[in-house]
Amino acid sequence: MRALAYERVTDAAAARQLVAGEPDAMFLAGGTNLVDLMKLGVARPGLLVDITGLPLDAIDHRPDGTISIGATVRNARLAADPGIRRCAPMLSQALLAGASGQLRSAATTAGNLLQRTRCVYFQDVSKPCNKREPESGCAAIEGAHRDLALLGVSDACVASHPSDMAVAMVALDARVDITRAGGEATTIGLEDLYVAPDDAPQRETVLGPGDLITGVELPPPPVGARMTYRKVRDRWSYAFALVSVAALVVTDEDGRIRDLRLGFGGVASRPWRGRIAESRLLGTIPTGSEIRDAVRAEFEPARPLPGNAFKIELLADTVVAVLCDLTGIGNR
Amino acid sequence: MPYDADDRAQPVPDRATQSTVSLNVNGSHHAVELDHRTTLLDALREHLGLTGTKKGCDHGQCGACTVLVDGERVNSCLILAVAAQHGAVVTIEGVADLHDGDELHPVQRAFLDHDGLQCGYCTPGQICSAVGALREAQRGWPSHVTADAAGGIDGAAMLDEHEVAERMSGNLCRCGAYTGIVDAVLQAAGAPPRETADQAARR
Repeated sequence: MRALAYERVTDAAAARQLVAGEPDAMFLAGGTNLVDLMKLGVARPGLLVDITGLPLDAIDHRPDGTISIGATVRNARLAADPGIRRCAPMLSQALLAGASGQLRSAATTAGNLLQRTRCVYFQDVSKPCNKREPESGCAAIEGAHRDLALLGVSDACVASHPSDMAVAMVALDARVDITRAGGEATTIGLEDLYVAPDDAPQRETVLGPGDLITGVELPPPPVGARMTYRKVRDRWSYAFALVSVAALVVTDEDGRIRDLRLGFGGVASRPWRGRIAESRLLGTIPTGSEIRDAVRAEFEPARPLPGNAFKIELLADTVVAVLCDLTGIGNR
Repeated sequence: MPYDADDRAQPVPDRATQSTVSLNVNGSHHAVELDHRTTLLDALREHLGLTGTKKGCDHGQCGACTVLVDGERVNSCLILAVAAQHGAVVTIEGVADLHDGDELHPVQRAFLDHDGLQCGYCTPGQICSAVGALREAQRGWPSHVTADAAGGIDGAAMLDEHEVAERMSGNLCRCGAYTGIVDAVLQAAGAPPRETADQAARR
C-alpha cells in the first residue's frame, strides 16, 4: 500500500477543493471497498479526504413523498429505516441481500453507488485489465467471466456493477445529487451517473475530480405499486448476485400492467433499467412466455460470453417468478 | 502484498503520512503515532496489545476481526485507524463490560454452554458480531430472511435458526462449529432453542 495523507473535513467545499486540487486524492467514506482495493494495490490514493464528518447522514421523508437519502447514510441504517421499509421495501430488501451485517454497518449510500467491479482480474494487479491499467488488455473476455456483464459492455471491458442497492434504486427512478468541484449543484438520473466502458473503461461515472455525491432522491412510488427485490446467487447468503431483479408494478383490476419498472443486477456494467422489457409488457396481461420474450428482447443488444450466456434465461425466469409473486400474472 | 517502487515516493508533498491517532477502546483513551495505512485491526493488535481481535482474511470476508464501533459491528480490517478516532471501539476484551453483573457477557456464556467453537480463532469475531446482531434485532431491524421487511422483527427473542444463520453470515468458521454457534446465539437472544433432528422427525 502506498503511503498516504489523511484529512478529515467538516466543510464540503473544503473536501471538494482538496480532492480536486491533488491528482491522487480520493474521498473516503465507509472504506469497505476502497481500503480493500488499497490493500490489493488496485487503488493507490496519496491523500484520503474523510467525508464522514459532513452533515450528509440524514434520511428525510418529505411531505410530497420524496425520500432524500444522504450520501453517508450507512447501508444498515438505510435498510432499517421504517419509512424506507414502508414506502420502498424493495430498497430494504436489496440492501439486506447484499454483503454482511458488518459491511452494511460501515458502507455508505454514495460509496455503494461508486463501488468497483469485483471482476477477479481487476482486483489482481498481476493480470491485464483495461479498467485498472488502460490498454493493458482484458483477461476476462477469454477467461473467468461467469460473474461479469452482458449489457453495456465493450471489447475492452465486460465488468459488472456489483451493487444490489443500486438495482433497486434504478427501478425506483432514483436521482443523484451532485455538487461539482467548483460548487455547482446538479441532480441527474441514477442511470446517467454511469458511463459506458467503450474503449476507456477506467472512467466509470460522469464525476470529475472533486465532484461530490451529496445524496440520492427517491420520488414517491406510484399509488398502488407493489414491489420486491429478488437475488439469485451461488449460496444462500453473503454472495454477489448472478442475476437480480428489482420490480415495481401497478396492475388494473383485470391484471393488465399499468406501470412497470424493472432493475436488473449482475448482468450489466451499471445497475440496468430494463426499459425494453418494460415497454413490451406495459398494457398487457402477459403470460410467462411473453414475460420471458420481453426479457430476451432486452438482451438483443447484449454480448453474451460462453461463461455468462446462461444469465439471460436465468434472469427471464426470475422476472417471471417475481411478477407472478407480485401480481399473479405470468402464471399461465 | 503488491508493491512497486512508486510506493516509496512521497505521496503528496508537504502532507504527513503518519500522525498521532487517538483511539477510544473499551472505555480507555490511547494516543499512538501511526502510519495512516494502519488498519484499526493492526492498531488494536500491534500497537495496543489487544490481540483478542483476530486477523483472518484481512479483506472483510471472514469476520474474524469484527469489533463494535459506537455499538455497531464492523470489520476492523477495512477501517483505517486514523478514521476510527471519532468512534467508541469495543473489542472482545471489553464485551463483558457491556453487561452488568456476570463476569461474562451472556453471548460469551452462551458460546461456552453450547460449544460454539472448536479452535476458537473466529470466536472473538463471532461474539462481537452476535452482540451487534442481537442489538439490531432488538431494535426490530429485519434481515434478508425476515418475511415482512416493513414489519421487521419483534425483538431478538423472535429470532429462529434461519434468522441467526442469515444475520451471522459475515462470520466464517472453518471448523464448522455453526450448529453450536446458532444454538448459542439463540440462547443469548432469549429465543426458543432450535428444533433437534429427533424432534423434527417426530413432528
